[in-house]
Amino acid sequence: MARLKYASDMDKSVLLNNFETRGWVPVGPDDDWNFYWANVQSIRNVFSIDCGFRLTDDQVISHFPNHVELTRKDLMVKNIKRYRKDLDKEGNPLAEKDENGRYIHLDFIPQTFMLPADYNLFVEEFRKNPNTTWIMKPCGKARGVGIFLVNKLSQLKKWSRDSKTSNFTPPTSKDTYVISKYIDNPLLIGGKKFDLRLYVLVTSFRPLKCYLFRLGFARFCTVKYNASINELDNMFVHLTNVSIQKQGDDYNNVHGGKWTVQNLRLFLEGTRGKEVTDRLFDEMQWQIVHSLKAVAGGISNDRHCFECYGYDIIIDDNLKPWLIEVNASPSLTSTTSSDRIMKYKLINDVINIVIPPGQVPDVRWNKIPAKEHLGNFDVLYDEELAQQDVMGGDPRKLGPGTFRGKRDGSRPSPATWK
Amino acid sequence: MGDSNYSKAYIQTLIDELKTSKIYTDLQCAAQVEIAKPTLRLSELKKGVLNGLVNSGWDRKLRNAIYRFLQTHPKLQFPSPPPEHLKEPLVFLRKAQQAWEKRILKSLNSMCTDLNIPLARKRPEKEQKEWAQKWTELGIDGPDADFGWEACQGCAYLSQFRPVYAPKDFLEVIIGLQNPNYHGSDTPGFYHLWGIVQVPLKVKDIDELRLQYSDMSINQCQSGIDDAQDIPSELFEQERVKLGKKVINTNHGPLAQEFSKKGCPTSMRATLWCQILAVELDEIDILYYEQLKTNVLQHDLLVDSLLYKDVKLTATNDDQYFVFEDFLYQVLLPFSRDTYVLNHFDYNSASPPKSYIRGRLGMDEFAVNYPPNGVIPFHGFAMYVAPMCFLYKETITLYYVFREMYVRYFFRLHSISSHPQGIVGLSLLFESLLQTHESDLFFHLKSVGCQPLKVAFKWLVRAFSGYLSSDQVLLLWDRVLAYNSLEILAVLAVAIFSFRKTNLMKVQSYNAAEAVLADLTTLQVIPLIQLSLFSK
Repeated sequence: MARLKYASDMDKSVLLNNFETRGWVPVGPDDDWNFYWANVQSIRNVFSIDCGFRLTDDQVISHFPNHVELTRKDLMVKNIKRYRKDLDKEGNPLAEKDENGRYIHLDFIPQTFMLPADYNLFVEEFRKNPNTTWIMKPCGKARGVGIFLVNKLSQLKKWSRDSKTSNFTPPTSKDTYVISKYIDNPLLIGGKKFDLRLYVLVTSFRPLKCYLFRLGFARFCTVKYNASINELDNMFVHLTNVSIQKQGDDYNNVHGGKWTVQNLRLFLEGTRGKEVTDRLFDEMQWQIVHSLKAVAGGISNDRHCFECYGYDIIIDDNLKPWLIEVNASPSLTSTTSSDRIMKYKLINDVINIVIPPGQVPDVRWNKIPAKEHLGNFDVLYDEELAQQDVMGGDPRKLGPGTFRGKRDGSRPSPATWK
Repeated sequence: MGDSNYSKAYIQTLIDELKTSKIYTDLQCAAQVEIAKPTLRLSELKKGVLNGLVNSGWDRKLRNAIYRFLQTHPKLQFPSPPPEHLKEPLVFLRKAQQAWEKRILKSLNSMCTDLNIPLARKRPEKEQKEWAQKWTELGIDGPDADFGWEACQGCAYLSQFRPVYAPKDFLEVIIGLQNPNYHGSDTPGFYHLWGIVQVPLKVKDIDELRLQYSDMSINQCQSGIDDAQDIPSELFEQERVKLGKKVINTNHGPLAQEFSKKGCPTSMRATLWCQILAVELDEIDILYYEQLKTNVLQHDLLVDSLLYKDVKLTATNDDQYFVFEDFLYQVLLPFSRDTYVLNHFDYNSASPPKSYIRGRLGMDEFAVNYPPNGVIPFHGFAMYVAPMCFLYKETITLYYVFREMYVRYFFRLHSISSHPQGIVGLSLLFESLLQTHESDLFFHLKSVGCQPLKVAFKWLVRAFSGYLSSDQVLLLWDRVLAYNSLEILAVLAVAIFSFRKTNLMKVQSYNAAEAVLADLTTLQVIPLIQLSLFSK
C-alpha cells in the first residue's frame, strides 16, 4: 500500500481514522501532501491569484475553487434559473412548461428572490398571494443561523428602506439574503416534519461525473409540525438542522432524530405504493443531476479537485421533492454511533473513488472508478460514459423518459444509476 | 356444507354467530335490493337473487366472515371440554400461570401503594379538554409536563414507575416449571435435555417443520430476497407484483394468506395483512375507536403511565421507530380500554386480573377487570405495535390490525401454556432444534455458562421486534401470518445461532456470547431460515 501524505484542516475522527487505517502520514498544508481535506478558507488560499501555488499531478484536494456557484444560496438559484432559460431557448424538451408557465421537469427549487436586489419583484409576487409564508436565509451562513420566516411585508422593512434610498450602497455578501417560498405542506411522518440529507461526490464537472451515497438520512424535527402562524417563530418546529434541534428539550442522543433513507423508503412504499416512491426517488436524483449541470459550465474544472456535497431536500405531501440547498462542507461531526459509522463509510468510499486503493494519485487518470471501489456509492451520472453509450448524441437531449425501465442485465450501463 | 372436517355442532355455532352479526342484516338488505330489480323474473327468484349477490361481491364478504370465524374458533371436540381446559389442559401449568398472575398483580398493587397513585381515576373537565387537544401529540406533553396530572411534582414523575416485569423475570418463572408427574434426571440412562426448559411438551422436529414451511424452500423465489434492487425484476418481482394485484382484487382471506407464504411485496403488505386478519373497517368500527378514545380522555389509569414509560424506554430510543412515538400512544391507550380483548381469554391460559371498587375488596359484585382489556403491559410491550407503523398511516387501521395480531398471536408470547406456539413451547422447540442440529455449539455454550435460551428468550417474547431491522421484522411477520404459526420465531433463533457459530465457539463467557449476538440489525432473515431448514 502506498504510504501517502495527507493534510487535513479538520481533526474529525471519521477523517483521521480513515487516514490512519491506510497508513498515511500526516503533514502540514504547506508541505508536499498527496491528499488534502481542506476547509473552504484554505481553498481560497490555495487557488488565490497572489499567494496560491500550483498543484502537482499527485495531489488531490477536497474542494473546487469556485464551488460557491453551487453552494451559495443566491448563486445556486441564479445558475439554475439561467440553465432553465438556456434550455428553453434552445427548445430542449426538458424545458417544457405547463399552461401556467411553470416548468414541468425543471421545477425543483421553490420560487426564490434575491434581496435586496429583487425586492420589488418580490413585493409584486407577494402581493399576488398575500397569505403565503416565505423563508429568509442569509447567503453566506450555514447550519440554520440567521434564518427566519416572513408572512408580512413589514418584517422586511430593512430592505425596502435600503432600496428606496438615493445613495445606493451595494450590499456586501454578508447582507444579501435569499427569500424563498416556504413549503408549508411538507410531507409529515408521525406528524413530524423532516428533510433529507444526501451526499453527492463530484470528481469532475466537465465531463460531469457524480456519485450518490446510498446511506443518506432524514432529519426530523422534535416538535410536531404546526403550520399555524403562531408557531412561525418556533424554530424547533420549522428548521430541521441538527445544530438547532440539538438544543431542544426532546432531542434524543441515541438516534439524534435521524432516520435512514432505507426506512423512509420502506415507509413510503408500504403506505403510498411502490410506483410513486420510485418516482420520488428518481425525481430527486434528476434534480441533483440538473443542479450540477447548471453550474458545470461555470465551475473551474481543475482536475486536482473533487468535492463531497451535502444536498438538502424537502419532500412535500404530494411526494414532490424540492432542492433547498447544497452544502460544500457537510458536517462530519457524529451525533450518534450509527452516524459515526455512516460518516466513516462516507469518507472511506470517497477516498477509494478519488484515489484507487493502493495507488498514488495521478490526476491524469480517466476518473472511471472500478465497480468494486464504489462502496456505498452508486454512479449517479457519468457524462463521459453516457456519451460513449449514446453514440455521439448530446446527453442533454436525453429527457427523463430515456433512462426509465432499463433494469435488464443486457445493457450494463455504468453511465447512470439505472 | 358437507365438509366432514367440521362437526354439525361447529357449523351450527358458525351459523348462529353469523346470524347475530352485522353481515346478516347487510345481506338481507342487499337481497331486498336484488329482488327489487326489474330484471328479475319471478320464476327464477332464488337463482336470480343469488347471482345478483355474487355479482356485487357478497359471496366474497360472506366467505371472509366465515374464514374469520374459522381462524378464531378452534374446532369443537366431543365431548366438549370444560372452559378451563380450553384455556389450558394441563393442571400444573394452569396453576403456574395463576401464581404468576398473582405475583404481577401484587407488584402492581404495591407500586400503587408506594407511589400513592390510584389504579384509576376520573379526569377533571379541564384535563379532559387538554388531552383532547393534545391527542395526536402525546409524545411531547406526556405525564412529565404540567399537564394536569395532580400527582406530578415535576419532571421526575415517570421515573418513579418501574415496568411490572421484564422478559427475564418471566424466563425465571418458566425455568422453574416442573411437571409433578414426571421425574427426569434422577433415573440413570434417562435422556437428558440440555436446555433449561424442563417441561416435557411435544414440539415439532425438523422434518415436520420442513413440511410446514415447504413454500419457503430454497428453490422457491421469496419476497425479501429475490426482489431486491440489484436483481433484474423480470426474474421474480414483476410476476409477483402482478399476481399480488390479482390476489388483492379478489379480497379473499385464504387466498391472501396463501400468497403471503412467500412473503409480501412491500407496497402490498398493508392490504394483504388486512385481508388475512379480516380487518375491514366500517362506520361501527370507527365509532368504536372513538368511544375508546373518549374512555381514555375521561379516565386515567395507572396502566397508562406504565405504557408511557414503556414507549419512552423502548420505541423512543430506537432509531427505527422513534418517528412513530405518538402513534403508539394512540394505539396502546385505547387498547387497554378495549373490552373486546377480553374474549381472547377463552383460549388464553391467562385470566384478566380483577380489582375491586374502593372499600369492597373481595366482593364479587364489585369486581372489575383491571385494566379493562385484562392485559397488563410489560417491558417491551410497545414494540408489538411499532413495526406495523410502517404499514398504516391512519391510526385507526393500525389499531385494529394490532388488536387482531395481539389476540391471535402475540398473547401467546407472555403466558404460560402447553400450546405448541406458546412461549414455553417455542422455547422448548428452540432448545431441541439447537441441541439436535448444533450440538457442539450448544455443548460449548453450556460449558462456558451460557444457556442459549437466556440470550434468545427476549427475541422470542418480542417476536424479534426491535432486534432486527424493520423490513426484516415485517418479512418475518408475513410468515407468521401466512403459516398461522409462531414457530418460525424459534426456527429463526436457531438459524441465527448457526450463522454466528464460528464466533460463538470462541467465546469463554456468558457476556462474550451475548456480545456476539447483540446486534442483529444486519441480518437477512429469509435466507437464514432457508439455510437452517433446508440445507442440512
